[in-house]
Amino acid sequence: MSEMTNMSAFEIAESVNNQTVTATSVVEKSLALAEALNSKLNAFLAIDREGALRAAAKVDSIIASGGSPGRLAGVPIALKDNMCKVGLPTTCGSRILQGWIPPYDATVTKLLESEGAIIVGKTNLDEFAMGSSTENSAYGPTLNPVDLTRVPGGSSGGSASSVAAGIVPVALGSDTGGSIRQPASLCGVVGVKPTYGRVSRYGLVAFASSLDQIGPFSSSVMDSALTLEVIAGFDLKDSTSYDEQMGSLSAQKGLSVEGLRVGMVTEFVEGSDLEVVSALRDAANALTSLGADVVEISIPETKLGLSAYYLIAPAEASSNLARFDGVRFGLRVEGSNIEETNVLTRTKGFGAEVKRRIMLGTYALSSGYYDAYYAKAQQVRTLIKSGFERAYQQVDVLISPVSPTTAFKLGEKSLDPLAMYLSDVCTIPSNLAGHPAMSMPYALDSKGLPIGVQILAPALREDLMFRLAFALEGSSTGAPSLDDSIKEAINRG
Amino acid sequence: MSSRISPKEVAHVAMLARLSLTDEEAELYASQLSSVLDHASDIESLDIHDLEVTAHPLGLVNRTRSDSVVSGLSQAEALSQAPDEAQGMFSVPPVLGEPS
Amino acid sequence: MANAETDLKDLGVRGESDFLPDGWELVCGLEVHTELKTKTKLFCGCANVFGAQANTNVCPTCLGLPGSLPVLNERALEIAAMIGLALSAKVQASIFHRKNYFYPDMPKDFQISQYDIPLNADGYLILPSGKRIGIERAHVEEDTGKITHLGGASGRIHGAERALIDYNRSGVPLVEIVSRPDIASPEEAREYVSELRSTLVAIGASDGKMEEGSLRVDANVSVRPIGETPFRTRCEIKNLNSLRSLVRAITFEAHRQVAAYLAGEKVTQQTRHWDESAGRTVALRNKEEAEDYRYFPEPDLVPLRPSEEWIEGLRSQLGELPKERRARLVESLGLTDTNDQIETAISVELYPFARSALAAGLDPKITVARCANELASLAPLDESFEISWFVELLRMETNGEVSATQAKSILAEVAKNLISPKAAQERLGFSQLTDDQLTKTINEAILQNPKEWERFRTGEAQLQGFFVGKIMKATSGKADGKAVVRILLATAEQR
Repeated sequence: MSEMTNMSAFEIAESVNNQTVTATSVVEKSLALAEALNSKLNAFLAIDREGALRAAAKVDSIIASGGSPGRLAGVPIALKDNMCKVGLPTTCGSRILQGWIPPYDATVTKLLESEGAIIVGKTNLDEFAMGSSTENSAYGPTLNPVDLTRVPGGSSGGSASSVAAGIVPVALGSDTGGSIRQPASLCGVVGVKPTYGRVSRYGLVAFASSLDQIGPFSSSVMDSALTLEVIAGFDLKDSTSYDEQMGSLSAQKGLSVEGLRVGMVTEFVEGSDLEVVSALRDAANALTSLGADVVEISIPETKLGLSAYYLIAPAEASSNLARFDGVRFGLRVEGSNIEETNVLTRTKGFGAEVKRRIMLGTYALSSGYYDAYYAKAQQVRTLIKSGFERAYQQVDVLISPVSPTTAFKLGEKSLDPLAMYLSDVCTIPSNLAGHPAMSMPYALDSKGLPIGVQILAPALREDLMFRLAFALEGSSTGAPSLDDSIKEAINRG
Repeated sequence: MSSRISPKEVAHVAMLARLSLTDEEAELYASQLSSVLDHASDIESLDIHDLEVTAHPLGLVNRTRSDSVVSGLSQAEALSQAPDEAQGMFSVPPVLGEPS
Repeated sequence: MANAETDLKDLGVRGESDFLPDGWELVCGLEVHTELKTKTKLFCGCANVFGAQANTNVCPTCLGLPGSLPVLNERALEIAAMIGLALSAKVQASIFHRKNYFYPDMPKDFQISQYDIPLNADGYLILPSGKRIGIERAHVEEDTGKITHLGGASGRIHGAERALIDYNRSGVPLVEIVSRPDIASPEEAREYVSELRSTLVAIGASDGKMEEGSLRVDANVSVRPIGETPFRTRCEIKNLNSLRSLVRAITFEAHRQVAAYLAGEKVTQQTRHWDESAGRTVALRNKEEAEDYRYFPEPDLVPLRPSEEWIEGLRSQLGELPKERRARLVESLGLTDTNDQIETAISVELYPFARSALAAGLDPKITVARCANELASLAPLDESFEISWFVELLRMETNGEVSATQAKSILAEVAKNLISPKAAQERLGFSQLTDDQLTKTINEAILQNPKEWERFRTGEAQLQGFFVGKIMKATSGKADGKAVVRILLATAEQR
């Protein structure tokens, strides 16, 4: 394995800035690995060799002329394919957007590039981020590099897979109900969903506007801290973005957790596999040994999360996805009139899961059901928020499983939507409350599959969340062993 | 299997959503949506109508921008992804009725 | 039924309140959409201008591209609230909703609008007649793009082969002002829209141009036997592009409904289209088939919570509303009621002139007359036409430096060449004749017309006009009529 693939974003930026490596060589290695592994993983929907090398050369020339390209100088980064970058297609894993090239950059794209990061490609996802396995992509499923017979989780499966396979040190995902944290857990990497409003959503193709939030994947806690520091901040183009600066996250490294009150959420432990629960207890013990005060805490309101989520998210999605009508961009299947064109285009362009959610959401919003479903679900968010607030009067942060199970086999859950939805039970409440939460790789199950621990914090307290993550990193079992055929491909490269 | 949603209702919802479903799809969705809504019966039965809704988790209000022109897209850029165009405009098959 | 409608075509446009058959009354409410005069669109920084080349004022947001987001225009919100204040409405905390329906002129396939909690609620507008029309709400929403229908007869929707879409208008800020069903006659509807338009123009909210579509009116019309309390089924009439259409359409529709009831038929709740050339309304669709808009709060925008301070700041920007302008002129003229001259003089273009002249202490009667007649006939006035020129001219006229006739010519000259009234006076050769010059001319006229003079001198007063005419002719109209009369009378006295 090349030593470069093991370099963290932090190390790359440092080495590029002090000229021990060039951005071009780092990016070349990342591209080579992406190209070598993609036939096995299907993690990337687009690899931008030309654009990435051009951007890397620019970083190198800035360095050569004595300038400073930024905090992520030369760091190869992958974007989930629902974030826009000029010149690269954005498909959202959907046939309806096949070949669509956005004429504008997402705010996160601009921010990353302004700090010298190099976008190497766009990663696979469940169509329009709807799913928990990345099997719902129109461009085929992404596989888990730890075990190619298993899913990487979803919907940001391509980003999780590419980081776990060492192709990029950092990738961005989006998390609407757990779409960063669950694949991070299933692939054995760090995945962060910031506070709603922390990161601008401008240029992120919306799934459920009131829940969507962009966040990083990385191998190390520090790399996620660094990346989030770059992409967080107020954006005039996103009315829902928060206007106060976030404190330093990287500075949390090494800070003591002594005296920190940590709550283990009872409701999320119930229903989780034994090995998952045991990993969580190990983490709790580790924190206790570091001086934290760990208690069990019950937040019964979170039990309502799943129902509320599967009304709110589809409702907003049904409206957000109306614009895919074959008029201005993307696929058009032309009929004899505009209405027929709308129907033909959407029927051909959307996959089964997207149609199912559009149907569910349209139903939940239609007259006669709005009050019973959508309006009620929005009130449940308030209940869940107040449940968390009550908990945070007793503890500083919360821990829980991320997913009730480790990575499951391809096809295992794809026939039963409700069973698939149930796997989001631990992650959804944070989205409904708008609170930050992250997945921290902590242990492996008896099959060698990664198990993550979820750390949850009050709104805007990413600092506390990262302090705990840095503390847990020391006792984590570390990266899982990759699938043999992936190791082989890496060694060949 | 409960039948909260009939295939006929499914067909109506599909019409609103501009989707065309086969009979099998309509039946499948009817049963799958019913099971999701069954699961949602826990919140349906809650008596919380006085409770406020969460509009923004952080309670942000009054977000505006100043009324100054920002350059947008050129006509060519605007039309660059259009499936069909004519005379600088997006071209589509005929519109049958007024918007409802 | 079709025959009944044809017969109704000849009903005319009288529009008085007793226009319906005995025992029936009109119940009418209007929905007025006004485009707001902002520099940019409601939710993006694209220019809000009329008549630009297609799809040149567009961006990801107003094209509804995936990933784009709306951000509210501060000025649009201010203007919207000012409309509420001008209509004595309550400006309140509100939110935006999405109204979901598919239509190709609406790029997101939903419209961002306000639903159950509008920015402005519960206001009223007092008409010049004194009638008070309730305003239910005035809410903010975005406009749609424009569709051109190709290949059909006369560009109409029916029979078209292709539709072309221009999104320049997509996202232009609108305020929809919904009246209560307080309007009792077609004439009152006209008066309401006219007064509303003046109000919107006066506060700088709108340019009020119905012909460019910046002011659009829909009418909700029903009828009922006088004395009946509940409302009967109403129809919504669209495509009312002028005040004349408005009056004609309401007249037609009310008669159509009465005729239906008298024939024992039912009126169906419908949306109807006003066909100006045919002079009738035609059914577009039944409301029962109306789409389900699936309103829900717009998650990409945050709630609006106007502060008292902000509202008061806007109130102070309102300036004088038409009703206040009217009251000021009525009072300064010593009248009890408004008249056509006053209504013209309070228009947004002319009122600043009237206001300044009155403030300078000039004669109200002359001021209003010059505004409503001469100045109005010169409109639209060039932007560099200075108000002070008008004031100066009126002062010259009041002082007798120029005659009324001369003042009118000078005003035209000022407007044409954008020069001061003094300069115009000189250019026209209207330097006032001295008394000596006038006396000399009068003496000549006496010599040439001795018989007429003798008759005038001995008491035939009607011959005064004869001599004034002669002198005006001799001086090519430069003489001040008042001065001529003064000298004529003095001369007759002496001899």
